[in-house]
Amino acid sequence: MSLIEIKDLNVHYPIRSGFFNRITDYVYAVDGINFNIEEGETYGLIGESGSGKSTTGKAIVGLEKVTSGQIIYNNQDITDRRTRKKMHYNKDVQMIFQDSMSSLNPRKRIEDIIAEPMRNFESLTDTEERDRVKELLDIVGMPSDSIYKYPHEFSGGQRQRIGVARAVATHPKLIIADEPVSALDLSVQAQVLNFMKKIQKEFDISYLFISHDLGVVKHMCRNLAIMHRGRLVEVGTREDIYNNPQHIYTKRLLAAIPKVNPSGREADKAHRRAVEKEYQEHQEKWYDKDGKVFPLQQISDTHYVALPPDEIAQMKTEVG
Amino acid sequence: MWKTILRRVILMIPQIIVLSLFVFILAKMMPGDPFTGLITPQTSPAQIARLRKEAGLDNPWYVQYVDWIGRALHGDFGMSYQMQRPVTSIIGERAINTLYLSILSVVLTYLIGIPLGVAAGRYEGTWIDTSIQFYNFISMSTPGFVVYMLAIALFGFALGWFPTSGSISVNASGVIGTIGSRIYHIILPSLLIAILGNASIVQYLRSGIVDNKLEDYVKTARSKGVPERVVFNRHILRNSLLPIAAFFGNVITGLLSGSVFAETIFAYPGMGKLFIDSVSGRDYSIMTALILLYGILTLLGNLLSDIIMSIVDPRIRID
Amino acid sequence: MDTSDELLLDIQHLHTAFRVHDHFYDAVDDVSLTLHKNEILALVGESGSGKSTLATSIIGLHNPRNTKVTGDIMYNELNLVGLSEALFNRIRGNDIGMIFQDPLSALNPLMRIGDQIAETLVYHTKLSEKEREARVLELLDQVGIPDPPLTAHQYPHELSGGMRQRVMIAIAIACKPPIIIADEPTTALDVTIQAQILDLLEDIQKEIGSGILLITHDLGVVAETADTVAVMYSGQIVEQGTVYQVFENPLHPYTRSLLRSMPQADSDDEELHVIQGTVPSLVNMERSGDRFAPRIPWIPESAHEANPVLHEAEPGHLVRCTCYKTFYFPDEKPEAAAAGAAGNNVQNPSEGA
Repeated sequence: MSLIEIKDLNVHYPIRSGFFNRITDYVYAVDGINFNIEEGETYGLIGESGSGKSTTGKAIVGLEKVTSGQIIYNNQDITDRRTRKKMHYNKDVQMIFQDSMSSLNPRKRIEDIIAEPMRNFESLTDTEERDRVKELLDIVGMPSDSIYKYPHEFSGGQRQRIGVARAVATHPKLIIADEPVSALDLSVQAQVLNFMKKIQKEFDISYLFISHDLGVVKHMCRNLAIMHRGRLVEVGTREDIYNNPQHIYTKRLLAAIPKVNPSGREADKAHRRAVEKEYQEHQEKWYDKDGKVFPLQQISDTHYVALPPDEIAQMKTEVG
Repeated sequence: MWKTILRRVILMIPQIIVLSLFVFILAKMMPGDPFTGLITPQTSPAQIARLRKEAGLDNPWYVQYVDWIGRALHGDFGMSYQMQRPVTSIIGERAINTLYLSILSVVLTYLIGIPLGVAAGRYEGTWIDTSIQFYNFISMSTPGFVVYMLAIALFGFALGWFPTSGSISVNASGVIGTIGSRIYHIILPSLLIAILGNASIVQYLRSGIVDNKLEDYVKTARSKGVPERVVFNRHILRNSLLPIAAFFGNVITGLLSGSVFAETIFAYPGMGKLFIDSVSGRDYSIMTALILLYGILTLLGNLLSDIIMSIVDPRIRID
Repeated sequence: MDTSDELLLDIQHLHTAFRVHDHFYDAVDDVSLTLHKNEILALVGESGSGKSTLATSIIGLHNPRNTKVTGDIMYNELNLVGLSEALFNRIRGNDIGMIFQDPLSALNPLMRIGDQIAETLVYHTKLSEKEREARVLELLDQVGIPDPPLTAHQYPHELSGGMRQRVMIAIAIACKPPIIIADEPTTALDVTIQAQILDLLEDIQKEIGSGILLITHDLGVVAETADTVAVMYSGQIVEQGTVYQVFENPLHPYTRSLLRSMPQADSDDEELHVIQGTVPSLVNMERSGDRFAPRIPWIPESAHEANPVLHEAEPGHLVRCTCYKTFYFPDEKPEAAAAGAAGNNVQNPSEGA
């Protein structure tokens, strides 16, 4: 059984207009998505800005009000705040943010920042608490005298490690990592990713790894989903997505990643332009009349693609 | 945009009702009544009771409230108990006086504040900035009434340059004479209000300039080869004036509410002095009318601020 | 790139120092570089490497009160170092165009797009207002804006990130400058938009033949677009060459470490390579010896030069310090590590190289 199941999740924001400020339309930030995260795995959620990937993450931790749909954790739907509270869901599910500077309170010392989630759920004595904090800092490779310092005294990478330490403080089962390394330099990014993996093995944590960086997701995740316009366009294993992309949007995204291979760059560019041309010319085929992504269709054991209806018919005739 | 403004105005109605209720109940809760001041050892309790009954003060509070608000809607705020004149006409003549004083003080406040703010922001960290900051520190921390009294003593009595009370001289005649006399009476108080009250403008402007100087779009402007003088005026200063433009809506509120201290000390017959007098004389009909008026002005001022912002800042749309 | 192309910019021994508590510290330390017509020169490095400082030194945007620039930046017989403001204003925008990282903050929120582009033309051309308007529309069209007259009347917040960066490019190329400096032009954009912007930059370059100084931390972007590359670390160039030399035969330990720490591996069990230690701050930077030595502590001190200089490893391919000749990663030559500097790689090098 999966650790957490996202079923037909919707997060819509009302648009108000007119004289009486009535709701005239909605922004479909998250528009009916389904996926499961297994215990101990890192599930990747890829999308560009405005795709709804961050909203999805926030909805799962409970920072965003769910319009409809279910989030099943331990056989319970936790979209209701009272259920979350009753089952200590917020102890089990934590979050790491992109911007470590603004997500750590600048007026609090590291000790208080890391201890805060523990204080909410456990009653520890001062010495127990301090020992735990030092232990957590040790896990993410920070010296124990850091507890007396403030966030601004650390570099971006160090702050992100503090964010990781805070997230694991309550021994969570799942961590939502929203662009955890996007603001970091390459060498620091490697460090944080390694720590995330190390902690995962040690504590058997699952991650929902939200990112726009296909290289990082490829490194971190065995299973992933591509999100676009509030819906999932393609879901599958790493091999499915990177080696056998089916949806035009996935192809376009993959083609756009610059590769560290100067001698192949002319070929890469030609490929990218060909995909882009196809996208521009046949774009409407891949979206319904409202510009929405089609429902996902299973094309192999693990691989799901939001294929247009005629494509499905074609595939069926090929198979049948 | 007009729709939004209309909607905002309509939305003010419940706010004003709540405010008027609040004002009314507050006035009722205050110790004493309008007759307290008129009572002498010779007044009999029966006389007081009769007076109270005549004024409707024995009715339940909600009846009194409905009476009051009904008349207020017709512009009738009742009689001033102390001056035995309609409240509306008293406020009317005082409002004119305050308007003159306020307009001159606002103009002077901006005339002094903006150049100081620009200088402090532009020459941040130099002696110019330090001196302006020091001046603002002093002007903020000096109680106004002390300066007003010292100024009256020095320029009014000792040197005799300016009048020490009133809004117009009794023997002023003719259009030019009347206007001249009015201006002559408000120069000293408005100048002092401006000198003591420009700190917020100076500081808003200064910090706006200091922040905007480091913005990327300023770098873009420089990288285009725009001369430094133009970079400052067109890019830095214009963007730094935004908060001050927004602030202007609230200034309108101040135009009519007047300066309580300056008017009282300069014995200037304006709204601020009227308010103080009505409080000390327990003249509830004036007091409630004034508080209601101030409340409505504040709401209008906020709306005006939002409208000004939407005009000067393209990022803000109120439709 | 054809090296016979006209030399645009000749930077020699450039130092840019910032004042910190009444002391000046070199953020750019003795950098020499050349930029030719039709060349895309990528300046790569992590934050704090001095790459952006170098760019702002070229266009003279540093506050002279707390910055000291020395050395030579020769442009057409003209030394940009110490140039008067009045003269520099004729160069900026006209001879050097600049593109910044975040197009939202780099555009004035209160000015219409058209006015912001026209502003460059006002100070560098004799065009009439009518002609300027026409040129603005032409530029917007050139950078791929679908509806130029509409966009010219819009404000920055009304455009998407990609459109804003196109507008920034229009501003930069308004006077067809021979030199374009692009400081992380795609870092704030989505990958698909990044690809479009990079394509646009290349197209523009082909049209007007500018030399582009591309500053970025993204090795992929460099590999895809640059002709030549200079890798910076702690204010110095540590490796320099054509894009093929640097990516196919990286020599300096820093370049090799960076390439190794990229998440490109196909197996998720693999750990990423981590460069030990942290980038030193401007004030704490070691000013003598190999600045990268503290971060590769398993390499013996004797492998480094006392005063590392750039060596020509092959024609046009420069590497700082001789340590590249014997450099290895700890997991590459375990026998060498055991023999040479056993256990040294776990502790910090306190004595300094």
